[in-house]
Amino acid sequence: MLDKIGIAKRIAKEIKDGYYVNLGIGIPTLVANYIPQGMNVVLQSENGLLGMGPFPFEGEEDPDLINAGKQTITTVPGSAFFDSAMSFGMIRSRKVDLTILGAMEVADNGDIANWKIPGKMVKGMGGAMDLVASAKNIIVAMQHVNKAGESKLLPKCELPLTGVNCVKKIVTELAVLDVTPQGFKLLERAPGVSVEEIKKATLGRLIVEGEIPEMVID
Amino acid sequence: MNKTVKNADEAIKDIFDNATLMLGGFGLCGIPENCITALVKKGVKGLTCISNNAGVDDFGIGLMLKTRQVKKMISSYVGENAEFERQLLSGELEVELIPQGTLATRCLAAGYGMPAVFTPAGVGTEVAIGKESRKFLVEGVEKEFLMEMAFDADFAIVKAWKGDPHGNLIFRETARNFNPMMAMAGKITIAEVEELVPAGTLEPDQIHTPGIYVHRIFQGANYEKRIEQRTVRKK
Repeated sequence: MLDKIGIAKRIAKEIKDGYYVNLGIGIPTLVANYIPQGMNVVLQSENGLLGMGPFPFEGEEDPDLINAGKQTITTVPGSAFFDSAMSFGMIRSRKVDLTILGAMEVADNGDIANWKIPGKMVKGMGGAMDLVASAKNIIVAMQHVNKAGESKLLPKCELPLTGVNCVKKIVTELAVLDVTPQGFKLLERAPGVSVEEIKKATLGRLIVEGEIPEMVID
Repeated sequence: MNKTVKNADEAIKDIFDNATLMLGGFGLCGIPENCITALVKKGVKGLTCISNNAGVDDFGIGLMLKTRQVKKMISSYVGENAEFERQLLSGELEVELIPQGTLATRCLAAGYGMPAVFTPAGVGTEVAIGKESRKFLVEGVEKEFLMEMAFDADFAIVKAWKGDPHGNLIFRETARNFNPMMAMAGKITIAEVEELVPAGTLEPDQIHTPGIYVHRIFQGANYEKRIEQRTVRKK
């Protein structure tokens, strides 16, 4: 079974040289730490920055320089600032190659819910609806089951939707799965996790074909 | 042109009860601190505020929520404010949550003189309820888009780094965010700047918002520029 860092490390392997990538809040933010050295990748922060760098050193925080999670950050050589309309312009016009975000639920047709629990959590969708409606490639980083042990990979989302038919791949503490027209297709198992355990934790349609390899995590 | 006013009190003096305001900023970054303080002091009520976020409990728009001056918020993310959540769940505050890109683009549409725009954000979700939609071919595939209307705001209040008496504005780093679009979108646009420089000293090539969009400008004082999530690494 993977921890959060393991999930981030596995997702980092999906990033290719030359990619522009938008990372959501939570586990997706951690992915930045595991992009292979020497790879040309530009991180987009939807509040108006291309070329997001690491957190600043203590004492060097700049209140004018934050990421979409409102954390203090830095720039890198070649960074560019822009306004919010242009930011979502580059998202809508599919200039951003990969979007990685968290989810509360994903359905086996690629629907995603991650912004609202009616009567309980009222925070808003932020940029998530824009990102999922337009991104070329969406990878979801999430826990396979919720705290009550219930599957978050469902035949149909029960929570209010963020977007429809959009998720392409899911990485959880148990597995890597593709979203296909026939449902979730199991690609890899987390170290020490059996196909049976993944079947048990997946409520949506699950396709298991042949031998399922174990993930290789550095 | 000289659009300079003395201070925030003078800049906002004609903002009336039940007005619709746009307020620039992302989180607490690039918010018009001086004008928010002046609005609290003036005590104007029943406001509809269009702003990406609602501040925190004791800073930013949170200050206007505490004094119950806000009737309605139109925002994309409001997760940082407990008082906001309380007023929302108790029904004291009306809230319209909309996607962040939709918020930006509805400001942009107003500033560009376009009554509506089409965006795919929110298709198939509760955001689409009651909205007109239309299908367009995108890269050879038919895709559905929602028609979203340009905002109609009485006042836009923005914060810039530098400005001049013409109203020309330059923003800094990610404090730019929603400020340029909102500056273009207000019937009356008020800009507070960290540094007001003499006319003719800003490099014309560097100006983000041309002065034609700005009606009043002043140099703000005592900027706190509070950091919401201070994250650092060790040397």
